[in-house]
Amino acid sequence: MNEKPLVEKSLIEKSLAELSRSLKAGEVSSVELTQTYLDRINTLGSDLNAFITVCPDIALEQAKAADEAIAAGNTTPLTGIPLAHKDLFCTQGIKTSCGSRMLDNFIAPYESTVTANFKAAGAVNLGKLNMDEFAMGGANENSYYGPVKNPWNHDMIPGGSSGGSAAAVAARLAAGTTGTDTGGSIRQPASMCGITGIKPTYGRVSRWGMVAFASSLDQAGPMARTAEDAAMMLNVMAGFDPKDSTCMDRAVPDYTATLNEPLKGLRIGLPKEYFAEGLDNKVEQVVRDAIKEYEKLGATVKEISLPRTHHSVAAYYVIAPAEASANLSRFDGARFGHRCEDPKDLEDMYKRSRAEGFGREVKNRILVGAYALSAGYYDAYYAKAQKLRRMIRDDFMSAFNEVDVIMGPTAPTPAFPIGDKTDDPVAMYLGDIFTISVNLAGLPAMSVPAGMVDGLPVGLQIIAPHFEEARLLNAGHQYQQVTDWHLAVPTGIDAGMKG
Amino acid sequence: MEWEAVIGLEIHVQLATKTKIFSGASTAFGAEPNTQACAVDLGLPGILPVVNEEAINMAIKFGLGIKAEINKVNIFERKNYFYPDLPKGYQTTQLDKPIVGAGHMDIALDDGSTHRVRIHHAHLEEDAGKSLHEAFSTGSHGMSGIDLNRAGTPLIEVVTEPDMRNAKQAVAFARKLHSIVTTLGICDGEMSQGSMRFDVNVSVRPQGQEKLGTRTETKNLNSFKFMERAINKEIQRQIEAIEDGFEIVQETRLYNGDTDVARSMRSKEEANDYRYFPCPDLLPVVIEDSRLEKIRSEMPEMPEARKARFINDLGLGDYDAEVLSCELATADYFEAAAKAGGDAKLAANWVMGELAKTLNQNDLEIVSSPVSAEALGGLVARIKDNTISGKIAKQVFEALWNNEGSSADEVIEKKGLKQVTDIGAIEAIIDDVLARNPAQVEQYRAADDARRGKMVGFFVGQTMKASRGKANPGMVNQLLKKKLQ
Repeated sequence: MNEKPLVEKSLIEKSLAELSRSLKAGEVSSVELTQTYLDRINTLGSDLNAFITVCPDIALEQAKAADEAIAAGNTTPLTGIPLAHKDLFCTQGIKTSCGSRMLDNFIAPYESTVTANFKAAGAVNLGKLNMDEFAMGGANENSYYGPVKNPWNHDMIPGGSSGGSAAAVAARLAAGTTGTDTGGSIRQPASMCGITGIKPTYGRVSRWGMVAFASSLDQAGPMARTAEDAAMMLNVMAGFDPKDSTCMDRAVPDYTATLNEPLKGLRIGLPKEYFAEGLDNKVEQVVRDAIKEYEKLGATVKEISLPRTHHSVAAYYVIAPAEASANLSRFDGARFGHRCEDPKDLEDMYKRSRAEGFGREVKNRILVGAYALSAGYYDAYYAKAQKLRRMIRDDFMSAFNEVDVIMGPTAPTPAFPIGDKTDDPVAMYLGDIFTISVNLAGLPAMSVPAGMVDGLPVGLQIIAPHFEEARLLNAGHQYQQVTDWHLAVPTGIDAGMKG
Repeated sequence: MEWEAVIGLEIHVQLATKTKIFSGASTAFGAEPNTQACAVDLGLPGILPVVNEEAINMAIKFGLGIKAEINKVNIFERKNYFYPDLPKGYQTTQLDKPIVGAGHMDIALDDGSTHRVRIHHAHLEEDAGKSLHEAFSTGSHGMSGIDLNRAGTPLIEVVTEPDMRNAKQAVAFARKLHSIVTTLGICDGEMSQGSMRFDVNVSVRPQGQEKLGTRTETKNLNSFKFMERAINKEIQRQIEAIEDGFEIVQETRLYNGDTDVARSMRSKEEANDYRYFPCPDLLPVVIEDSRLEKIRSEMPEMPEARKARFINDLGLGDYDAEVLSCELATADYFEAAAKAGGDAKLAANWVMGELAKTLNQNDLEIVSSPVSAEALGGLVARIKDNTISGKIAKQVFEALWNNEGSSADEVIEKKGLKQVTDIGAIEAIIDDVLARNPAQVEQYRAADDARRGKMVGFFVGQTMKASRGKANPGMVNQLLKKKLQ
């Protein structure tokens, strides 16, 4: 794999793929590995506030079962691999809070398809990861359980909304994690924490059991150290699920099978709108350097245009809140979740339960969404945003007539200090400009670590046509064969690296 | 002033699918509260709907049954409002593109004419749960119970144009709709279980005026009788209000059939903004032509077709055929009786006459008639073959109704009602009658033909009386005329 000399790596330095081989070779047991991660979660994990729930008993029990399966030769590539899940995947018997006070008491009586698939593959669940409340946010500052810190610099945000998932991978608190991406929530924190994250095509991974934010945009994906790890995880996550009507009944390729395809002749498009005002100069340099590596690998590069890029933020911040306003109506204090003390009547129960249960950003978005859908405004906002959405998709479709992948920055800046943009939601929303249009178009996209700016990681975003996840993973993996940004260890977490 | 009422209906028809419209939970009626509500029906977080294709098929059947356009691309929308028996905070329904487009139904009026009621559209949606206020209201907190068994039951909401002018027409429409959905097998038709619920929109205007008056909507009527009463009451209320100088307020009203009291529920000003938008969890349901054709080929005989058959094959008149084909239960009953009786016209007369009258007097629907179709057919057969006269048949019918025998033959046998057709026996009775009335015989013989025609009735009556009604009236007539020559 890597061309580096094979010095003995500590357990937690190993990628998921390497751990998988070690487990199968009997060099380490899943119980031992799981305990190693649990110890780190206890110390470093709580410093970073990456986890909402840790479940050592369940994890060790699963690890034990995995060791037995390995001994019996009954394994999958994920058997015994300790993972952790964003706290919006419903897990039977384990709290699923969605980062909200509203669901602080919620234990689902069912398992999400994603976590069920990992269970069936023999993976271990270490616990549930911190996130922006209901996946709304780009800094992981909107969690009822407090902000997550960036492992590279504890004063910085890790990105969001899958901030806990990104921080946990970067800090080696799990071999891989799951995230969800509605407007960039996998890719942006992956970029800011220096890890590899992929948002699959809408409909590639089942949404069953995933607490919904914006149903037409939400998509689950893996967050991992390497493209190879992400491919192994996506192999388990992807596939048709009859319980999700928007999930596509389409064969899933083995994403690891094509990782080593040569990139010679790969046509890369660089949208000029992605290298425009608002993009940090140093981030731009990192991205351009990364593109040069691809040229060295035989790819060709051309400038393209995605003319509606600047409309994507506006369209997104109508559609996503509109869907959220309805999706979050079920949290009414009647059947589950937070209910206020001693309601005096039905309306009081609704008002106080929701006022107390939801945080500020969630309330903002419910209000925006309800407004956009209300009589007299629907055409001006929601209908127009849907029209823009189709145009944004069309832009990508015509671009893909000329190029195989589109590349650019994942986020316009590296991680910024915690609290920096809390009072400026619009500045925060603009941080999503390069990721959002991908969700609107339903495309797969990936962020891979591509360099450092002021001691903080920066990601390269790669976008592919619908259902071409294999192409992304292949491009990511080949890049990671000639660079080592993905191997960089966050400063300040070395204490635990003895493993 | 002469007033005219204008009535439109919205009818919620529960579809007879085994499972709910978006989940696999059972739709059976009467289970313990919340035992037939799964995670989907409870609106738990992360749970997704999947369309029940059988509900789509049933809605298509309805559309074909009323000769309506079927929309090929079906979009489900979210209708947003908060209520405890609406678990998700929105109802999944259809708005712009309902599965069934415009159609119509013809109803028979009492004067023998037919009246066309246009159907604006019918859309698919999920039912809400039930709020149980009574059982919990006595507690210290004034709580309400929620039963979500019904939540997610598939409905079609049928919306008519305001094409009815009185309660009788509205009820005739409702009965015909009931007949169509039960004929199609897409609804069990159990009104008392809420399988069909009617919202009536009523307004009044001066006779001859074109502009519609302000309407009110009375919701959730679940019997034909309550519907008729509620409409009549509302028409009366509106007329009186206007004549007293008040304006009608557009409002939603509730009618309690048990107490016969109606009241205002909410006015238009309090109406919700439902913030409809396409449900992103469901893809558009596209209906292929092949699917339409398959369903079309499996359609049962509809009331219209049955009516035509009653006229052409069974020789019924238009009005009789309409009345008998209108409701599935009546049509089935009639056909069974006609088959067993071997005489469709006679069977029709009995079903529409004696049976209908007696059912009505006893407030019963035809499905619960104590006299089965086969028993009535047996009765008809005995009339047809002269075993009993029409008059005796009424006695037999009464006995069957009162369960004094399971068949006409048994009653006739037990009660000795068999008609006398033995010429000798009838002649003996006639001879006796003539012998006892020599004066009348003399008068008859002296009279001219015209007078004789009138006078023969006396002898017929006497003879029938002497036979205790059992003598065959036709034979009595014939023999009398011969003997009186």
